[in-house]
Amino acid sequence: MSDLVVDVRDLTRRFGSFVAVDRVSFQIPRGTIFGFLGPNGAGKSTTIRMLLGILPVSEGEGRVLGFDIRTSSEEIRARVGYMSQRFSLYEDLTVLENLHFFGGVFGLSGARLDQKVRDLVEMTRLEGFEQQLAQGLPGGIRQRLALAASLLHDPEIVFLDEPTGAVDPALRRYFWERIAELSASGRTVMVTSHYMDEVERCHDICFIHHGRILAQGSPGLLKSRHLPGEMWQVRTPVRAEVAAHLSRVPGVSGAFPSGEMVRYLLDPGFDPAAPAAALSASGLTCSAPEPAEPTLEDVFVALSRKRGAS
Amino acid sequence: MIPHRLLAIIRKEFVQMRRDRLTLAMMLLLPFVQLVVFGLAINTDVKHVPMAVLDYSQSSESRRLIQSFTNSDYFDVVAWPRDTREISDLIDSGSLKVGLVIDPDYARDVRAGRVARAQVLVDASDPITASSTLSNSAGIANILGVQLLGRYLRPGTPFTPPEMPVQIDVRGWFNPDLLTANYIVPGLIGVILSMTMMMITAMAIVKERETGTLEQLITTPIKTWELMIGKIVPYVLMGYTQMTIALLVGIYGFHVPVRGSLLLMYALTLVYIGCYLGLGLVISTVARTQQQAMQMAFFLFLPTILLSGFMFPRAGMPEWVQILTLVIPLTYYLEIMRGIVLKGVGLVALWRWVAPMMALMVAILGIAMLRFKKRLD
Ligand SMILES: Nc1ncnc2c1ncn2[C@@H]1O[C@H](COP(=O)(O)OP(=O)(O)OP(=O)(O)O)[C@@H](O)[C@H]1O
Ligand SMILES: [Mg+2]
Repeated sequence: MSDLVVDVRDLTRRFGSFVAVDRVSFQIPRGTIFGFLGPNGAGKSTTIRMLLGILPVSEGEGRVLGFDIRTSSEEIRARVGYMSQRFSLYEDLTVLENLHFFGGVFGLSGARLDQKVRDLVEMTRLEGFEQQLAQGLPGGIRQRLALAASLLHDPEIVFLDEPTGAVDPALRRYFWERIAELSASGRTVMVTSHYMDEVERCHDICFIHHGRILAQGSPGLLKSRHLPGEMWQVRTPVRAEVAAHLSRVPGVSGAFPSGEMVRYLLDPGFDPAAPAAALSASGLTCSAPEPAEPTLEDVFVALSRKRGAS
Repeated sequence: MIPHRLLAIIRKEFVQMRRDRLTLAMMLLLPFVQLVVFGLAINTDVKHVPMAVLDYSQSSESRRLIQSFTNSDYFDVVAWPRDTREISDLIDSGSLKVGLVIDPDYARDVRAGRVARAQVLVDASDPITASSTLSNSAGIANILGVQLLGRYLRPGTPFTPPEMPVQIDVRGWFNPDLLTANYIVPGLIGVILSMTMMMITAMAIVKERETGTLEQLITTPIKTWELMIGKIVPYVLMGYTQMTIALLVGIYGFHVPVRGSLLLMYALTLVYIGCYLGLGLVISTVARTQQQAMQMAFFLFLPTILLSGFMFPRAGMPEWVQILTLVIPLTYYLEIMRGIVLKGVGLVALWRWVAPMMALMVAILGIAMLRFKKRLD
């Protein structure tokens, strides 16, 4: 078998005349973490659902673990784990009942099932919650339970649809540690998110917007290809004004507020002193510009601007 | 050997059923409450009901029938009108509750051993009088019929009584439908089962769709048939429990006789339950929300009770409606239940109802199977 565990070409999904996923192509090598990044309604969940045969494909083709996604969903499902975006375990079952049930439908039974459930309870730190109904559990614990349920059958690939959508930073860190562990143990992880910062940890990233892929590649590659210049930042309380002012300076190709900063990209060959001079001449309150590490958010802003301009 | 996956589904379904105390209690109380309500409404005996008699037969046979009515204490003859028009006027005016009309051929039919007929017209706007008139008239006809049957029995001659020799059709004025406990209990069991089985399956699956658990379930290797069977099995048991409760209330509360085989009744009920569980599955493939599922179940439920013969006799319906009733499982189940409970007949006599009901079940489950896909959308 080739070492691409997911290989899709021109995958398209329509709902009526609305194109939710538009000719999407990507490949995921075994053992890597693949980040699927995009804003709300970009088509992330729809793509994953097509990979698992939950939604039929409108056009295009794809293979998961070598199986055709249009005809061999059952073979695929037996080998992959899925944690859907919405909590989708049984609210009226306890933590253990949920795990035993899903273990059962994955064909586990007896001592093997018990052992597996014990391991996962430990790994996802659910001790103490075993006998509680899923209904009353706090969001973070429900997410961990859902993760555990998706790993019961030792899947080769795990699809995690926004596992960190609405959880606190500590839990986000927890999830990314688990994702790294899964990858280290040879499993492939496809994870969707709309947080730019966390997907820095992915081996490969795919930006999707309005159903189309804007860019894909490793974080390093994306930055070097789409941010041809240096990133700078200034600290200021009047971010909108500073950003507007900066974008009029020659050589500054994108200025946007980010946190307490305004970040901007200085095109190659331009003098970093020019924006600084322009700012101090403007009389706006701000710190002196300092060089900044380029981030994926910068890439995304640059990409959006390019699309807006073209 | 039952696959683990199937067992897992069944076990889960039971745990959920147990946890939803309210629904469980309602399901189990429903047959009890329904029967008691219906039973109390129809079991009141009313005596000395004023009756008019219109005897077209004018024979000793017809006088014997009239005598059976007056001897029963239930009816007092107060008028001898000349035509049915006069009876209806009397009933309309409220001075009379019941009219007995004896066919001109009555005596001839009795002598010839054919089914002899008479009609009872009753003011059904008074349901208590009406229903007790119905049961009492039927009782009178039965007693008389048995006496007449005795006359045909001669040693050595093969004897197959066609039906009860005296049949009294009771027709309600204002409300063409009449009820008796013996008649209603078997039917009510069918009605309760149809509603709860259809509703509960449809809801159970649509709920999984609504809450998103179906999406998770779809991504497991469970087979469509395992999912369907796993969902159905616990509800079959629920249906049997309901039926048993209803039957016990009927037998001990309302003295409904069960003349036929209980084993046969339970066996054939499985086919019937299968029909409505299948319909529930079909609904679940169409409905997107629990509310829609509920509405669709009601939509199917109405024709079920109105057209199956539970409320109104099918014989009185226009022909095209009668054809329509042939796709309603309750139509057959009513005949089967009334046959087993009241007539005590066996599978051979019931086969003409059992066969089409089985065909319906196969068709419905087939459609459910075809429509039930492991997919969203
Ligand atoms: N079953 C459906 N019927 C109609 N439209 C749908 C359906 N499912 C999704 N869509 C639409 O397709 C688009 C893509 O949806 P999708 O859920 O894939 O986005 P997403 O990237 O996962 O967004 P989010 O971050 O909000 O989860 C959205 O505009 C959504 O409204
Ligand atoms: Mg989504």
